[in-house]
Amino acid sequence: MKQFQYLRPATQQNVLEAITKPGTKIIAGGTNLVDLMKRGVTAPDKLVDINHLPLKSITATKTGLHIGALALNSVVSENNLVLAKQPLLAMALKAGASPQLRNMATVGGNMMQRTRCSYFYDTTMPCNKRAPGTGCGAMEGYNRMHAIFGASAQCIAVQPSDMCVGLAALDAMIIVTGKKGERRIPMTEFHRLPGDHPELDNHLGKDELIIGVDIPDNNFSKNSYYLKVRDRQSYAFALVSVAAALDISGGVIKQARLAMGGVAHKPWRLFEAEKSLIGKPVSDDSFKQAAQIAMQGAKAYQYNAFKLRLAPATITEALKHAAGMV
Amino acid sequence: MEDKNAGLVHGVPCGGPEIEQEPKDNSRRTFLKQSALITTVALTPGIAAKAADMHLDEKIAGAFEKLSLKIEVNGKAMSLMVEPRSTLLDILREQLDLTGTKKGCDYGQCGACTVHVDGHRVNSCLTLGVMVNGKKVTTIEGLAKGEVLHPMQEAFLKYDGFQCGYCTPGQIMSAVACIREGHANSEMEIREYMSGNICRCGAYPNIVNAIQDVKEGGQAV
Repeated sequence: MKQFQYLRPATQQNVLEAITKPGTKIIAGGTNLVDLMKRGVTAPDKLVDINHLPLKSITATKTGLHIGALALNSVVSENNLVLAKQPLLAMALKAGASPQLRNMATVGGNMMQRTRCSYFYDTTMPCNKRAPGTGCGAMEGYNRMHAIFGASAQCIAVQPSDMCVGLAALDAMIIVTGKKGERRIPMTEFHRLPGDHPELDNHLGKDELIIGVDIPDNNFSKNSYYLKVRDRQSYAFALVSVAAALDISGGVIKQARLAMGGVAHKPWRLFEAEKSLIGKPVSDDSFKQAAQIAMQGAKAYQYNAFKLRLAPATITEALKHAAGMV
Repeated sequence: MEDKNAGLVHGVPCGGPEIEQEPKDNSRRTFLKQSALITTVALTPGIAAKAADMHLDEKIAGAFEKLSLKIEVNGKAMSLMVEPRSTLLDILREQLDLTGTKKGCDYGQCGACTVHVDGHRVNSCLTLGVMVNGKKVTTIEGLAKGEVLHPMQEAFLKYDGFQCGYCTPGQIMSAVACIREGHANSEMEIREYMSGNICRCGAYPNIVNAIQDVKEGGQAV
């Protein structure tokens, strides 16, 4: 690993000043960043440790739930407020990584984790995300894990977070702060599609810090489910995952939220499929129709065509679980 | 790393010149350190590294590279100088000679390096040493009380919870945490909450049996 300067600025203000210097990266849990630094995928000159900042609290607000950016994934996934108000988030978190990694990984860091595309990690391979302009190794390579939605000619990598899929379904707002003050970004708009700039994962400014996430209260807590399909039962990244949340009254769907993971460069919210469910009875047919709508525009590559069948099946199954049919 | 120094580079005087801290990849010191790691049987790593450190310019570079780290390891207070890039795993193994904690993948994928920091299991290979300053670390060496093995160590022996044994220290540290966290209530739950520890020999059924035995035995872990 390349040597770097380690900084631990006392206050949030000091952190914001420190991160404006070129070659600087923030470290929280380090579960992805240290890995990337060991492989030479990223090589910051300065590391700004923010773990001591007071951003760990999980609190109920008037309109929802606030979770600090430094709350640990393990803590959030077992927090009573989270389990009562947003069980979908707890389920998504528990589906990610391993218990010991969740003991290190933070909420803010989870959002900032990079793709697990093997061409991004292998510094001997071309990758427009790691080294812009070198090409995409995955496009004609072994692209089994890759995107079926929103990819570009430059990059077909997927965002690997489970937590973000849950947060996207739950209309979460990310709170960031910078020199120009605080702003809020919907989880669904935090990550970018690769387009012509796959090196940029998200819309966080270089001088900005994630300080927390707000999840509005909802009526989904009784009928939500996170279903993750992977190569082994636990501790693997998603081939396809689905966060499903339903508000059901008298067997009829009043509101629905759906988001998919493992299929795009961002948590893939299924707005049209959600709309199709409103007013429909809770039934296999309603769910299958929604899944079909969700798949419009999907495009597979040589080795991931199975996702075109796996994704709708996973949507249907997740909805059945959410509705209590399974 | 007291907070009064916050805002400064630790170990680097305030207002000093911008120092190039990065040793060149092909430097003799780095090379010797790396080869020392590879040939541990023939060479004592410390001696090789120290010999390389006799080089004056590298000595100066080293002074700027290292930061003070105060940690408690298995109940003993330790005061060390470490490079910021040193992982807790490497510090335990290379500086403190606690080689019970194993380096499997070194990328957070296998769990062989699992230790407890302030009572919580973490992957020491992804933990920078400087980030656990002031914390309490427990490794596999810290579980037994003298000659009396920890109940989980006894159970791994009783149920043959290993074959080659390389993943075992990580498995045992994780298993102890699994029970302490309250995640050992069924075979399914144990399997899920032990999934961060890979065993290439496939001793999983016996590992699960060992954990269930300790859990059901109700011994203090």
